[in-house]
Amino acid sequence: MSDPRAGREVEVEVDVDGTPEAGQEATAEGAGLWSEAWRDLRRNPLFVLPVLVIALFTVVAFFPQWFTDLGPRSCDLARSADPPQAGHWLGFDRQGCDLYARTVFSTRASLLIALIVTVSAFVIAVILGSVAGYVGRWVDTLAARLADIVFGIPLIVGALVVLNVVADRGLLQVSGALLLFTWPPMFRLMRSTVLSVRETEYVQAARALGASNLRIIVRHVVPNALAPVIAYATVLMGVIISAEATITFLGAGLQLPALSWGVLLSTPPRTELLNTPHLLFPAVPVALTVLSFVLAGDALRDALDPKLR
Amino acid sequence: MNGDYNAATASGRSPLPPGEPVLEVRDLHVEFRTRRGTLRAVNGVSWSLEPGETLAILGESGSGKSVSAQAIMGLIDSPPGFITEGEIRFRGEDLFALSEDRRRRIRGDGVAMVFQDALTALNPVFSVGWQIAETYRVHRGTSKREAYAKAAELLDRVGIPSAHERLNSYPHEFSGGMRQRAMIAMALALDPEVLIADEPTTALDVTVQAQIMDLLTELRSELGMGLVLITHDLAVVAENADRVAVMYAGRIVEEGTVSEVFTEPAHPYTLGLMHSIPPLHRRVAALDPIPGTPPNPARIPPGCPFHPRCAFARQHCREVEPPLERVGEGRASACHYWEEVKGGE
Amino acid sequence: MASSAMSEPLLSVRGLTKHFPLTRGVVFRRQIGSVQAVDGVSFDLHEGETLGLVGESGCGKSTTARLLMRLIEPTAGEAIYGGEDIFTMSRAQLRRLRRDIQIIFQDPYASLDPRMTVGSIIGEGWEVHPDLVPKGQRRAEVSRLLEQVGLEAGHADRFPHQFSGGQRQRIGIARALAVRPEVLILDEPVSALDVSVQAQVINLIEQLQDEYGFAALFIAHDLSVVRHISDRIAVMYLGKIVESGVADEIYERPAHPYTQALLSAVPSPDPTITRRERIRLEGDVPSPANPPSGCRFRTRCWKADERCAEEEPALVDRFGHGHPSACHYADVSDVIGSSGQE
Repeated sequence: MSDPRAGREVEVEVDVDGTPEAGQEATAEGAGLWSEAWRDLRRNPLFVLPVLVIALFTVVAFFPQWFTDLGPRSCDLARSADPPQAGHWLGFDRQGCDLYARTVFSTRASLLIALIVTVSAFVIAVILGSVAGYVGRWVDTLAARLADIVFGIPLIVGALVVLNVVADRGLLQVSGALLLFTWPPMFRLMRSTVLSVRETEYVQAARALGASNLRIIVRHVVPNALAPVIAYATVLMGVIISAEATITFLGAGLQLPALSWGVLLSTPPRTELLNTPHLLFPAVPVALTVLSFVLAGDALRDALDPKLR
Repeated sequence: MNGDYNAATASGRSPLPPGEPVLEVRDLHVEFRTRRGTLRAVNGVSWSLEPGETLAILGESGSGKSVSAQAIMGLIDSPPGFITEGEIRFRGEDLFALSEDRRRRIRGDGVAMVFQDALTALNPVFSVGWQIAETYRVHRGTSKREAYAKAAELLDRVGIPSAHERLNSYPHEFSGGMRQRAMIAMALALDPEVLIADEPTTALDVTVQAQIMDLLTELRSELGMGLVLITHDLAVVAENADRVAVMYAGRIVEEGTVSEVFTEPAHPYTLGLMHSIPPLHRRVAALDPIPGTPPNPARIPPGCPFHPRCAFARQHCREVEPPLERVGEGRASACHYWEEVKGGE
Repeated sequence: MASSAMSEPLLSVRGLTKHFPLTRGVVFRRQIGSVQAVDGVSFDLHEGETLGLVGESGCGKSTTARLLMRLIEPTAGEAIYGGEDIFTMSRAQLRRLRRDIQIIFQDPYASLDPRMTVGSIIGEGWEVHPDLVPKGQRRAEVSRLLEQVGLEAGHADRFPHQFSGGQRQRIGIARALAVRPEVLILDEPVSALDVSVQAQVINLIEQLQDEYGFAALFIAHDLSVVRHISDRIAVMYLGKIVESGVADEIYERPAHPYTQALLSAVPSPDPTITRRERIRLEGDVPSPANPPSGCRFRTRCWKADERCAEEEPALVDRFGHGHPSACHYADVSDVIGSSGQE
C-alpha cells in the first residue's frame, strides 16, 4: 500500500517501450499539425457544443433584431416589474422594459468588448512575447519586469481604479481598461513558449543555415509558440465577459443608455437583487458564454498539444 | 509454496525444486488502445527465468521488450493498456490469480526493478537514504534506526563511497552513475529473488556503463538473484547474459544461450542486427544493415512480421506466421527457413 | 577527393575555449564561477576527410560543434576557414560561412520544424541563399535530394511527424546537403536511432561523402561507430583533447590512459573475442565547473602522481608515431586485442 516507489514508477513507464512511435506512415494524407488538430476537434463534443453556443451568441450580437420584434428601448412604465407573460418570456424590469429584448440587445457590447480586449492582448502578447523571448537581453528584462508589475494588480481592482478617473466610459474606454490588466499573463505564456522553442534544434538548424532573426521568428518561432496562446485567448474571452459584467455591476463600467449584460445586472436596485429574476436572466447568458469559451479553450489546448499526439 | 509468504521471506525463502523457474511469463498478450487504433505491444510472449540466471530481452524501440516486465511489476496503466491473455508465475503462483495485496507484496519483495533513468525514478524531494530506509521499514516493519542502518549497508554494498554520509544526500546531488547505484540499492532492499533491469546503462557513459554492469553481475552471483536484462545493446547482452530472447514486433523471434545465438543466429533479424554493428576491432568496408524500419505496432505486417525487411523471405513468409519452434537444445527460432539462416553464416 | 595530409587544412582550429559563466541572482546577477566546457582545443580538418571527435558526456564535443557554427560565441581561440577567422567574421561573411559549413543534430525529433512540410524544410537554405538554386528548379531539386537520401520524391508534401526517426535523420541530412557544404558537422547523428537503422544512416553518410566530397567532423560517443567512419580521431576529456591520430593508431596503439580505459570499457557483441583484462575506472567524470588541477584525468587515473596534479601534460607526439597524447606517463598498449585479431 505504502510502497514509496509505486507512484513514481508509473510515471516513468509505458513511454520506454510501450507506446512506440505511431507516427511513421500513419497518416498518408499529408496532414499538418493544424489540420490534424482540427480533425480531432471536429469530433470532440466538448468543443463542438461550446462553439455552437458561441456561434449562436455571435449571431445574436450581430443581428439582435432577428430574435425579437421589440426594440431595446421599448419600455412602458405601466408594466414595471411585471412577471413573465406570453410574448414577454422573461417579464419586465422596473422601467417596464422587456427583459428578453434588453438581454438580446446587450449581447453585442459584451461580446465586442471581449473580442477587442482579447485580440489586442493577443497581438501584444505575440509580438512582444516573441521579441522579448527570442532577442532576450534588455528588451526581455524590460518587458518581463513591466508585465510582472502589472501582473501584480488584480484585474477588477485595476480596471475599477482606471475607469473611475475616466469621465465618459464607452466601449473603447472599458476595453482599454481591461486590456491594461489582461495582457501580462498571455505575454508571459508566449514568452516562455518562445524561450523553449528558441532552444530547439530546428531553430538552431535554421540559424546554422544563415537565416536572419526576423525570418526565424516569423517562420519557426511564432508558428510553434502560438498554440498555447490561442487556447489561452479563448479562455480569456470568457474571463473578459465576466469581468465586464462585474465592473459594470459595480458601477464603473458602461453607462446607460449603453446596453451590456453588465448594465442589465447593475440596473435593478440593490435591495431587489435576490428576489427578482432581473439578476438571473442576464446572468444566464454570461455564465453560458463564459463556460463555452472555457470549455472550447480546454479542448483547443489538448488538441494543439503535440505531446499528446 | 502456500505457506505465509511473509514468513517465508523473512526467514529466507524455501528453496525451489531444481529446474523450477523462479519467474515465468506464459503467452502474454498486451495491447494499448489509443485514439488512433489498437497497438499490439506484446503478442504471445513466453519466457522463464531460473534462479541465479541472467536472461536478456533484446529488442529495438517498439519491439515490446519492456512490456512484459511492466506487466510483471503492474506498471501498465489501464486504460490504455490491457493484458488480454496470458499468465505470469512467480514461484509457481499466477500473479493475476492472487489478491491485490499479495500481488503487491510479491512486487516489492520477490521481484524488484531498476530503470534507465534514475533521476526520474528516484523521488527528488526525499533523501536517498530515506527512500531506501522507508522501503525497508514499510515492508519489514523494522524501526527507523534499523532501516537507516540497512540503507547505509546497501549503499556501501553497491559501491557508494562513504555511504553513511551520503544517506542524507538528495538524488540531484549524485552523479549519473551514483544515482544508478542508489536505485540498485533500493531495489535490493528487500532481497528480491528477481531483479529486472530495464536499459540500466543506456543513459550512462561507456566507462560508467561498465562499472554498473559489473556491479549487477557481481550482485547476481553473490545474492543468487535471477536477473532480467532488458536492452537494445547487443554488446551488453553478449558480455553479461546467459540466455537471450530476441524480440521483434511484440514477439520473441529467437531464443537460446548467448554464445550460441550470437555465433550461429537462427533468425534473419538477429543476423541482421549483428551485421549492423561496426566492429571495434577492425575496419569493414561497408556495413550490411537491415533495410527498412521496424513496423508500427498498430499495423504489423501479415505473415511473418519481419518479411518486408528479410533477405530470406519468400511467398510462404508473407502468408503464414512462423511459430517459435525448437531448433536445438534450449534454442528456438520463429523462422520458416531457420536452417538456411543458420547454415549461411 | 583524396586528400594529402600535407595540403593546407580546410578548417584550422586553435586554442578554442568556451567557459559558460555560472551566475546567481536575478536582478543583480553576479558570476560565481564558470563551466569550462571547452578549454584550448586545437585541430585541423582537411578536405574530404572525416575527423572523429569522441568522448563521454560533458567532454565538450557538442559545444565544439556549436562554436564552429557560431551558434554560441567562444571565450577565446580562433578557427580559420578560407583564410578568415570564423569568430571575427562580419555578418555577410557569416552568412556565407553557414553555407559552407553545415550541421546535423542528434535528435531527429527535435531538429525538424513540426509545422513545416518536408519540402520547405529541405528548401529553407535556398530562401536564405537564393542564388544556389533558381526558384523554378527548387521543387525538382527537393525531389532529387529526397531520392538521394533514400526517401521518395512524393514525401516532400508530408510533415516530419509522419516519418520514423531514421527517415527524419535522412531529411536533416538532405537539408544540410541542399546548400552544398564543404564541411559537415555531425553531432551524434546516429545515437538516437535503433541499431538496425543506425547502420543504414552510417552507410548513407559514407556514400554521400564519396559523392559530394565534403569534409566531416563526426562527433560521437560510440567508439565502434567512430572507428568505422573516421580517418582520424581526437579523444576528448573534460574540455580538452587528450589524444589524437589516425584511427588505426588510436584503436590499436592508444597511449593515453583515458583512451585505453575508454576502449577497454566498450563491450563487444562477439562472444568469441577474448578480451584483455578490462581497465576499471573508478568514479564519474568530475564536473567541468570545477575541473581537477594539472591533468584533468588524474582523479580517475591509476598512473597519477604529484606531477600530474601540478603540471598539465601537453598534447605532443611522444613516440614518433605521428599521434600526440597528453599524458606524462603515456605508454602504448593494445587494450582491445586488435593485433591478434586479423
